Amino acid sequence: MNKPIRVVSVFCLLLFLALLVNATYLMYVRSGDLSQDPRNRRVITAAYSRERGAILVGKEAIARSVPSDDQYKFQRTYSQPFKYAPITGYFAFFSQTGVERSQNSVLAGDDSRLFVTRLVDLLSNTDPKGGNVQLTVNAAAQDAAWEGLENLPGDAQGAVVALEPSTGRVLAMASTPTFDPNNLASHDFGAVADLSKKLNADESQPLINRAIGTTLPPGSTFKLVTAAAAIESGNYDADSMVPGGFGFKLPQSSTTIRNHDGGNCGGRRITMTQAMQVSCNVTFLSLANELGNDAMAEQAEKFGFNATSLEDLGGQATSLYPRDMDAPQTAMSGIGQASVTATPLQMAMVAAAIANDGDVMRPYVVDEVRAPNLSVLDKTDPQSISKAISSTTAEELTKMLVATVDTGTATPAQIPGVEVAGKTGTAQSTADRPPYAWFVSFAPADDPKVAVAVLVQSSDTAREEIAGGLLGGPIAKAIMEAVIAP
Amino acid sequence: MSQTGTLMGFVHRRRRGAELFLLLLALAVGIGAYAAVGLGVEGEVPADLVGYGGWLTALIVAAHVTVRLVAPYADPVLLPLVAALNGLGLAVLRRLDLTYEANGLDQHTFARQQLTWMTLGVVLFVATLVFLRDHRSLQRLTYTSGLAGIVLLVLPFLPGIGVPINGANIWIRVAGFSFQPGEVAKVLLVIAFSGYLVLHRDALALAGRRVVFVDLPRGRDLGPILAMFGVSMLILVKQNDLGSSLLFFGLFLVMLYVATERPGWLVVGGLLFAAGALAAYSFVGNVQNRFNFWLHPMDYYDASPGSGQLVEALFGMGWGGLIGRGFGNGFPERVPFAYSDFILSTVGEELGLAAVMAIVLCYGLIVERALRIALISRDGFGKLMAVGLGAIFALQVFVVIGGVTGLIPLTGLTTPFLSYGGSSLVANWVVIALLLRISDQARRPAPRLDPVDESAADSESTQVVKLR
Repeated sequence: MNKPIRVVSVFCLLLFLALLVNATYLMYVRSGDLSQDPRNRRVITAAYSRERGAILVGKEAIARSVPSDDQYKFQRTYSQPFKYAPITGYFAFFSQTGVERSQNSVLAGDDSRLFVTRLVDLLSNTDPKGGNVQLTVNAAAQDAAWEGLENLPGDAQGAVVALEPSTGRVLAMASTPTFDPNNLASHDFGAVADLSKKLNADESQPLINRAIGTTLPPGSTFKLVTAAAAIESGNYDADSMVPGGFGFKLPQSSTTIRNHDGGNCGGRRITMTQAMQVSCNVTFLSLANELGNDAMAEQAEKFGFNATSLEDLGGQATSLYPRDMDAPQTAMSGIGQASVTATPLQMAMVAAAIANDGDVMRPYVVDEVRAPNLSVLDKTDPQSISKAISSTTAEELTKMLVATVDTGTATPAQIPGVEVAGKTGTAQSTADRPPYAWFVSFAPADDPKVAVAVLVQSSDTAREEIAGGLLGGPIAKAIMEAVIAP
Repeated sequence: MSQTGTLMGFVHRRRRGAELFLLLLALAVGIGAYAAVGLGVEGEVPADLVGYGGWLTALIVAAHVTVRLVAPYADPVLLPLVAALNGLGLAVLRRLDLTYEANGLDQHTFARQQLTWMTLGVVLFVATLVFLRDHRSLQRLTYTSGLAGIVLLVLPFLPGIGVPINGANIWIRVAGFSFQPGEVAKVLLVIAFSGYLVLHRDALALAGRRVVFVDLPRGRDLGPILAMFGVSMLILVKQNDLGSSLLFFGLFLVMLYVATERPGWLVVGGLLFAAGALAAYSFVGNVQNRFNFWLHPMDYYDASPGSGQLVEALFGMGWGGLIGRGFGNGFPERVPFAYSDFILSTVGEELGLAAVMAIVLCYGLIVERALRIALISRDGFGKLMAVGLGAIFALQVFVVIGGVTGLIPLTGLTTPFLSYGGSSLVANWVVIALLLRISDQARRPAPRLDPVDESAADSESTQVVKLR
């Protein structure tokens, strides 16, 4: 019987070899893939239990991990939850958003830039700590932005973005209504799940960062783009005479569009500066009609439309300028209606580009990545995305916008002793809803330090008050003052 | 059987000193792991380390002394392997207990209960060695144990006695004690098969016709194989247990093949089992599920019934990597039944691939020792028993570890000596006692070494048994 016993032995050997090979495959070769699986809660729990790095604004940690006495060892806390929620996002067990998500590898300590730190931790047998993330945000500007939104009357929905024109640094970004990330970072997962369900079901969408995640018709603020396209065409400057009057009859249509105040903008032929000052619909309808869809789309895309540019935050909506609009739609697009939509960030980028001699800088939120001991590991370099307009065009536009703030529709943004450039916008929606109020501006006009876009999406304010930047103007002014006045 | 002669010319050595040395290593593994659990989970050496270590040492020493006294020529490697596995299993259970207790679960005394069961196992181990001085006396019980084995297998189906626990119909409950009869049945069946086959091997081996290159058995000799096939299929369908079914039928086939030396039986049996498994796959939803979970575990993670348990085990073992997270740093409680069928995932997560390989090698060595005992055993009954015990061990380890690591479809079987489970632990200690008894018989100097007998040692020993 020994021959079959030997055969059985070989067979058993093969069985055990198969087990060993499979175990090696599973635990060594496949190990990485399994850890990547989003359902692998071990990986999440381990990250959750680590001392996560802080998110810093100036010298203040707006998000940090403090020791907790439960199984996860650390609790994420946010010192100014509502003000910074759109930027920091939240760090919940099952999901993260905002900087918590985009900079997760740094904050969790897994990033390759933290290699040396990890090595030291390993050798000294201390628990690994995450790196810190320094934001570009200017605390004073953020305070102004948040207070401005909070002081809007009623249950207003709105958003603010402020950029540094020369670099693209995001100086302020606020959105309302918003949420308290402390509650979502709680270790009481049942409560977190309930809250998350409630926030998702909320009609006012508090989880959305409206500054980058909501696109709405930009209305009259888009006239900056129309004017830029007109001046870039070479046929116009700030003093060129352009059509005014009571109405503009759309091509291929019997519809006539009037000015928002029903007036004639001051004559049948007016200067472009005057058209901008009074936000003359007729002028910009006819300019867009004359320039055509291609030229308008090209100009819009140079400013950043039809693409997203901010890489540090998720949940970005793409601002749209469709390339296939017919003639009447193209004309309507000249005043920011038709299918044109923009995020507050996009409109801030338009203002910043005009302020920065036509150079569109890539907006960014993360300034520096720092080791746990706060030594700087990496610093973001400003990066130019495109040259939207020539510097002469930028000068012409600035002149027009300064005039608009000085004596035009944008007077609420005036700052004593500082030259401010700005433009209001009021985009019409359906009759039963209040219009969207926009305001874009930058200051000081001769050496711009800050460009702002404000969107007030819905507010209980009466209709007629909204136009003229009564809602957005003061907020923009407060932010600009916060940045300019040290 | 020419090898037997040379082996018998070998110097017969007891090697008890070597066993003692290996046992010390095994104790170091068991007690060291227990201390490491305390250090890793609670941050301090467990307070009861001395008591626990003393008890474990006492058990192992008792087993060793018994072997010294009543089976001095027994294989020196088996007992240390078993001691190491059992000790490590206890430590891992202790580690799970601590987490279960921290999480407020009712059942968090697995390690303590397992130690009680181990004590009973060692007592039965000692009793087996003391009272069973010659394994051949078991041959008298061929049919008795066969009948008992089948009855035990069928018991869980009976209403009133059988209780489904965790969805498997493999338990019975008598007088408040739940008990897995399949674990005992496998030992009884090995004895029954050995006794039956050693008598009928000639009839099964010699008659038949050759088709192509394979000697096929005679039609009427198919009776036992069909009966065993029937029992296996019953287990498969009634218990939804592909693993046990494969285990018993595979055991039978291996022993049949070894007894008759005819691969034809493997072909016939293999085809039968494949056909049966295919039929079960087509008609039994549970078997189909198991296959789907195995092929696409990630797709059924959230389903119910689903592959959540398996995927969590895979995540855990992947998370463990080469050297593991260390005791207390993993999340073995995420795997349901980590203390029984899935104990290897805990080992993989916290001790890593290194420990998994060590454990698989320990099992491999146990099987290797069993087959070596079969090779050198001087009587057919002993040979068959050793092969049977070795084969069932190999198959069980392959089925359960293969299942947990995703190599084959998952099926509920205990990991010998590691998993929590009284029936399994006690039965496996008896299996080791039987193997030691056979090896003692095989390795001790033959009492009357007759040159005439030596040329036909195999048939001679068969005759001796018949005379009894």
